[in-house]
Amino acid sequence: MIHFTTSLRRCWLAACFAASLPLLAQEPSTAADAAAETVASAEAAPAVPTAFPDVLRALGGASLSERSALLDALLAAKHPNTAAVLQAWLEDHLHVRDADGAVFITAETDAGYALTDPATLATSGPEPADGFSKVGSNNSLRKLLRSALASFTLGSPDAEVRLSAVKEMLRAPDESTLNVLRERRAIETDAAVQAAIDAGLAYADLTSDNADTRLAAVNVLSGSLAGETIAKLEALRDPANEPDERVRSAAAVAISSISLKRSLYSGIETLFFGLSLGSVLVLAAIGLAITFGVMGVINMAHGELMMIGAYTAYVVQLLLPNHLTASILISIPAAFLVSGLVGIAIERGVVKHLYGRPLETLLATFGISLILQQLVRSIFSPLNRSVATPEFMSGQWVINDALSLTWNRLYIVLFTLVVFAALQLILRRTSLGLTVRAVSQNRAMARSMGINSDRVDAITFGLGSGIAGVAGVALSQLTNVGPNLGQSYIIDSFMVVVFGGVGNLWGTLIGGMTLGVAGKLLEPAVGAVMAKIAMLVFIILFIQRRKQGLFPQKGRAAEGH
Amino acid sequence: MKSQSLLLSALKADRGGQVLLGLLAIAAVAVPVFNLLVPEGSFFHLSTYTVTLFGKYLCYALLAIAVDLVWGYCGILSLGHTAFFALGGYAIGMYLMRQIGPRGVYGDPILPDFMVFLNWKELPWFWEGMNHFPVALLMVVLIPGLLALGFGWLAFRSRVTGVYLSIMTQALTFALLLAFFRNEMGFGGNNGLTDFKELLGFDLKTPGMRVALFLTTVSALAIGYIGCRYVIASRLGRVVQAVRDAEGRTRFIGYQVESYKLWIWVFSAMLAGIAGALYVPQVGIINPGEFAPINSIEVVIWVAVGGRGTLYGAVAGAVLVNYAKTWFTAAFPEIWLYALGALFVVATLFLPKGVVGLIPSRKEKLA
Amino acid sequence: MSASPATTGPVGLRTKPTGKRRSTNAPSPDLSHNIILYVEGVTKSFDGFKALNDLSIYIETGELRCIIGPNGAGKTTMMDVITGKTQPDTGSVWFGQTIDLLGLTEPEIAQAGIGRKFQKPTVFPEHSVFENLELAMACDKSVWKILFAKLNALQRERIDEVLGIIGLKDQRHAKAGALSHGQKQWLEIGMLLMQDPLVLLVDEPVAGMTPQETERTAELLVGLAGKHSVVVVEHDMNFVRSIARKVTVLHEGHVLAEGSMDEVQNDPQVKRVYLGE
Repeated sequence: MIHFTTSLRRCWLAACFAASLPLLAQEPSTAADAAAETVASAEAAPAVPTAFPDVLRALGGASLSERSALLDALLAAKHPNTAAVLQAWLEDHLHVRDADGAVFITAETDAGYALTDPATLATSGPEPADGFSKVGSNNSLRKLLRSALASFTLGSPDAEVRLSAVKEMLRAPDESTLNVLRERRAIETDAAVQAAIDAGLAYADLTSDNADTRLAAVNVLSGSLAGETIAKLEALRDPANEPDERVRSAAAVAISSISLKRSLYSGIETLFFGLSLGSVLVLAAIGLAITFGVMGVINMAHGELMMIGAYTAYVVQLLLPNHLTASILISIPAAFLVSGLVGIAIERGVVKHLYGRPLETLLATFGISLILQQLVRSIFSPLNRSVATPEFMSGQWVINDALSLTWNRLYIVLFTLVVFAALQLILRRTSLGLTVRAVSQNRAMARSMGINSDRVDAITFGLGSGIAGVAGVALSQLTNVGPNLGQSYIIDSFMVVVFGGVGNLWGTLIGGMTLGVAGKLLEPAVGAVMAKIAMLVFIILFIQRRKQGLFPQKGRAAEGH
Repeated sequence: MKSQSLLLSALKADRGGQVLLGLLAIAAVAVPVFNLLVPEGSFFHLSTYTVTLFGKYLCYALLAIAVDLVWGYCGILSLGHTAFFALGGYAIGMYLMRQIGPRGVYGDPILPDFMVFLNWKELPWFWEGMNHFPVALLMVVLIPGLLALGFGWLAFRSRVTGVYLSIMTQALTFALLLAFFRNEMGFGGNNGLTDFKELLGFDLKTPGMRVALFLTTVSALAIGYIGCRYVIASRLGRVVQAVRDAEGRTRFIGYQVESYKLWIWVFSAMLAGIAGALYVPQVGIINPGEFAPINSIEVVIWVAVGGRGTLYGAVAGAVLVNYAKTWFTAAFPEIWLYALGALFVVATLFLPKGVVGLIPSRKEKLA
Repeated sequence: MSASPATTGPVGLRTKPTGKRRSTNAPSPDLSHNIILYVEGVTKSFDGFKALNDLSIYIETGELRCIIGPNGAGKTTMMDVITGKTQPDTGSVWFGQTIDLLGLTEPEIAQAGIGRKFQKPTVFPEHSVFENLELAMACDKSVWKILFAKLNALQRERIDEVLGIIGLKDQRHAKAGALSHGQKQWLEIGMLLMQDPLVLLVDEPVAGMTPQETERTAELLVGLAGKHSVVVVEHDMNFVRSIARKVTVLHEGHVLAEGSMDEVQNDPQVKRVYLGE
């Protein structure tokens, strides 16, 4: 019984809605005719008011079933505040005051409802909430509301808004919606919106009785990239669903063309994931490329310097909770300084005494890494902390149905390139870089030319450590910040430096990117863990073949002893 | 005959080793007496927990000897030796799993619990035969030995040395860590192998079995020590140390340096495998965590603290640091990592010869 | 000045029967044409710099050859190529008629009978003097043999003998690292003797030696020639003059002149290179 009444009501509501859009529907379709009849047969219902305030007042007292007719009237009244009312209704913010039957858009406050008069947008109140009843809605009514709102927004000057309106309307399209969309299509100027409407209309045409219409729709859809298109076209390849041979073969062709394009885009996406993973590797490795590559000092606490950078970002954000973007921008130099200073302290305190003893340096700096980890646990607790992502870095860049790139990863790639360029600039174009390179190539000679090699060592180590800190800030945007953050990167970083060729920053960049892309390419085939293992094994084998890495340092000294 | 006399002379010159072997002999007598014969309430009773704890330390000591052999004597700083240790442990763990038989939670007569849980229908091929103790024992040395052979052959042949080699060993154990975490590997994934019941038909939980395992460990350490001492005192030991000090020179007087490195490396890996096999029945579990790179680095610090280049120093370091770890983690868990970290720094900066390096210098002062 | 064969008495060189000298798997060279070492058309460049440029040198069996040349002339690189440390870009190096040295590793070349003393003395610092000599001793140097190797009476005698030759009898148990520079030079020469090679490549043997030590070294090297082929690289012209039969002058990786000391000293090209005329 219940079943019967609800389905009946749905039918009735749909009909009313269709009839409610005469202003939009130019040609009365068969469905619209039927609706008109239904309206006519519902003559028994009370006369529907037409003026905006009257409709609203009627809405307050109406039953759920009457409200859909009143919705039509509301739309017909063409009041400028209609959209606001619909929105409030949809969100359960439309209330009727029990005392006088006046309808208000409400906002909840501590003292009750703050009231807005729908007709004038004049505000009043707040008044106690118990004097009001909600102008409720049910599922089908909400569907109508959303669709109506969407057709409102279809006129918006903002193409993005129109696009989402089109998508909303296409969620459950019927003939009237389609008519609205067809009309919009004629005057639509934005290509993305045009394409969305075309696709929606074509979907509808796929069910047409006319084989030519279906064929045309298939041809339109062959330009689409959406995954659901393939599903819909797939159904047409079955002779049971599609009697016409031409349509079936066109569908098959369209599917293969769409799949091809989609796999191309997914290839681009994989490449992008690979590059962003590679960027993280490069960021992690590039500081190491300086301390290990240029100075020949192995620093096992390198990962912990990244961790310190990430915690610096966390602390800066704690200090500036309301300025996300600013806090990230500030934490970059802050992390550089903090990690750099810690690095200099490590160099002066420990590493300096161990020059020429690489294995001892390795062990001592590993000890330091344990101390730093525990220090962070003592200060910030062992739990992971999260650093919020500013607005401009969250969300994703939707390029088309098959390809969208997340902003944070895109920024990491850019950031890596900037850091790399800056570092190259420092090493190639500044006097500091000149002395650093001089000391790394020939310490005794550099010293005899008056370079304070002790100071240069400290500064070089500080530079490498500072870069690690900056990398930590970038990491804080990708993962949670915790005491173990650095540990997981140390092996990877070394692999990148060794793979790229020790003492060669370009090698680190290309090596890191190569490993990142290769890892992501392998991942779908063998899984993330096996991909990782495969990469480790690959590098181990690679070093056997080419000890000097991808880009060996040139010169007679590199021959080895 | 010839080698026997060499062995004797090797031990004669080794004062620290004599002390160590003496201590082990005393422990072999005293521990069973104080644990099994002295009644439980008595002041002199040694708890089974302590017996197992010391058994664990001695396994670590054997592992430390293995690391010292390659690092202290051949200059190969391995940051992945617990990989061999864990593989030895897994080999014996597989045997212990098969011994559980139908007493597992799921009661499958053949399949270990975790395989039933994963809906596996039959035993993977590499579990076949692991129910035989001799096969398991063979695997304890064979698997670490083969891995070391493959890795070493690749690494030494292409003359990868120093820090590069160290990082590669770390990558090796890291890769194994990741691999063993996977259920598909067939080694119990994350949880590893545990819930062991008995070894050769003896219940692992009884004090008698605990003491037996302890005594086995003591003898393994003693034999391992004497074996290593022989190797070091042999001409091969001198060649290996020559490689450590002047690799190029050793080549130019006609030694295939790669073969020597490979020999000592594989030997050391097998020792580590044996240490792992002794460790697992005593602690009752083996899981992928044992592969964690930090464990391997900790072993290196035992050796550094004890004194690398002296085998008894490695033993002393392993026991001392692990005793300290047990004490610290119980009394001041917060402090332990600080202490361990500081140990790394202090040992490398101020104790190049470890604690045993301090002893002779004092004697010299007296004299 | 040159030492006559009779004065080799104190040096006391004896060559052991070659049958037991080296491992059975080491090839022995075919010396039928009286040339023990062929270096032919060898070129090696490092990053554009030609350390050796189409170098050809032939060493006769039993010859004592001195090689001189300014810094960067390619002397050490030539030794690196012969001993397998460096692979040349082009050219060939043959040991006798049959052994292609370019296909062999350093230890294989050493086992075949080419010994080398480095410019900077390299001994095993943590081993005693005795052990240094023991390690260098010619024998089967495969791993398992060495693990169970034990010195026999003959070998002990030989080590004692060499200890006497190099004047380090009293330091036999001292750590090699504790020796003076000159003593290290001698020890390294002693190691070379223990190897009992057919060809000795000696790089600056008298650097840092007293005149007396230098003289002893000259005697030693001259005494070695005949049974061994000796190639000496040296800067000290007086020393070269004192021992040399034949001198080769290298310049920019190429042979500039070859002949007796007087001949090369009067060679106009050599004069130009050395004196900048």
